[in-house]
Amino acid sequence: MQAIIEITYLVSSIFFIFGIKYLGSPKTARKGNLFASIGMFMAIVITLFDQKVLTFEWIIIGMLIGSLIGAVLAIKVPMTGMPQMVGMLNGFGGGASTLVALAEYYRINPNYPVDQGLVFNLPIDQGVAIILSLLIGSVTFTGSMIAFGKLQGIVTGKVVKYPLQHPLNLLLLLAVVGGGIYLVINPGTISLVLIIVGVSLLLGVLLVLPIGGADMPVAISLLNSYSGIAGSTTGFVLGNNELIIAGALVGASGIILTLIMCRGMNRSLMNVLLGGWASAGSAPTTAGDVTSVKGDVKSVDSEELAMIFDSASSVIIVPGYGMAVAQAQHSVRDLMNALEKKNINVRFAIHPVAGRMPGHMNVLLAEANVPYDKLFALEDINDDFPNTDVAFVVGANDVVNPAARHDQSSPIFGMPILNVDYAKTVVINKRSMNPGYAGIENELFFGTNSLMYFGDAKDAISKLTNEIKNL
Amino acid sequence: MENLTFLMHIYVFVLAIFVGFELITKVPPTLHTPLMSGSNAISGITIVGALLSAGLEQFTISTILGLVAVIFAMINVVGGFLVTDRMLKMFKKKK
Repeated sequence: MQAIIEITYLVSSIFFIFGIKYLGSPKTARKGNLFASIGMFMAIVITLFDQKVLTFEWIIIGMLIGSLIGAVLAIKVPMTGMPQMVGMLNGFGGGASTLVALAEYYRINPNYPVDQGLVFNLPIDQGVAIILSLLIGSVTFTGSMIAFGKLQGIVTGKVVKYPLQHPLNLLLLLAVVGGGIYLVINPGTISLVLIIVGVSLLLGVLLVLPIGGADMPVAISLLNSYSGIAGSTTGFVLGNNELIIAGALVGASGIILTLIMCRGMNRSLMNVLLGGWASAGSAPTTAGDVTSVKGDVKSVDSEELAMIFDSASSVIIVPGYGMAVAQAQHSVRDLMNALEKKNINVRFAIHPVAGRMPGHMNVLLAEANVPYDKLFALEDINDDFPNTDVAFVVGANDVVNPAARHDQSSPIFGMPILNVDYAKTVVINKRSMNPGYAGIENELFFGTNSLMYFGDAKDAISKLTNEIKNL
Repeated sequence: MENLTFLMHIYVFVLAIFVGFELITKVPPTLHTPLMSGSNAISGITIVGALLSAGLEQFTISTILGLVAVIFAMINVVGGFLVTDRMLKMFKKKK
């Protein structure tokens, strides 16, 4: 029987591999997700035949409760709440890994629940695996919950700085490592296990708390990677290859996404993790510092803007987090339809770190029925701005700031940006002149070819669309 | 022998990391979110370990931890796969 179980695990792992492979292309992605879930189903069912599984009542109760909560969450969550949802799910995966490692520790400890004075021989490899699972799983759990809180608005989305931030975190990490070494040598110290879990949970909170809102794409992808690695270490604890393989696949995919996000901001992973841009979170630059870019801001109303759009033949829309906040994706779709009716070519340019998670804008626009082949990545569309009549920026700021190209003193210098200022006309929809996440002025707003269209994205764009239709 | 088994696990781990990197280097940005939520559901594979703990013969603290782990992992698995499918259903090409 054990051989059949192992073979099923192998087949299930293959389903995971194909699942992830198919998730990489829009045409096959749904099939990929189905493959992965079949793999999971196989793994769960065959595990129930394991000779170690002797009672089923708790399993059935747990599976029912978990499935119910998971299904309700998945069906109820609005698309705008997707970053939080993904953040929270990461956390549950990490939490499960910690609990399994802890359960396994208690199971193999012969002096539990009653001290029988037996010698507890914990092999070094298994001991190390248990401690790593506890550490990574716990950090993933609380870190994800803080990320969830930040995205949901329960915890502040700002960069949080606290005294001795880095020494404190380093100290806590060293405490876990030190405690772990002691535990491997003296495996019977149950209280130490609980302390390791407690410190790791605290570490997760402290590590994610300083990360600001616009850096969330990095944090979420990294936590995604952690949840996979935690699964892998749990696999080492249990000696189960399928956990090791599946966890490693997820760990690798999370790391890749993390690096893509960092590259999108031209920052190192360390820089993001240590908490925000130099100026972020501090007071916005004072007027005196920005006199060089101060010029006249030209504002435009919907009627005038409708005529500008009407005479254009190509439009590129650049959405940012502001579109998500205003839930303006449907108004943007209506605008696209109205323009296309007038035979105007409409495309979307998506910056890699626009929004709060990788691919955030794409999901929102997909929800609004914008075909995905109208959405272009930075490197695929950036050269087209000079040939574009109107670039329309909806709720994006730092990712279109030309200072990133030439101003070496700017904190965002070197970040790849969408060259909207090269278009014949740039229209920027914003609620006010407030600076974006990096806390710096955007010289784009003062450009000679720039027009500001003030107002809440949803209302302002609906109004604009009506004007265009009436022309 | 014990250490040899461990080495075999390391083996599998390293190879799987490479497979993971190879599979994911070229994912279009459009799919970044579904890839993340889908792969996240896969990390719910910890459910296997959770089942082994929750199904132990005697009711101990391991059973309780296992039970909570089963709940957590199932939220992760069911929520992850369903929400990914919900998203992917929306991704359409131009008609």
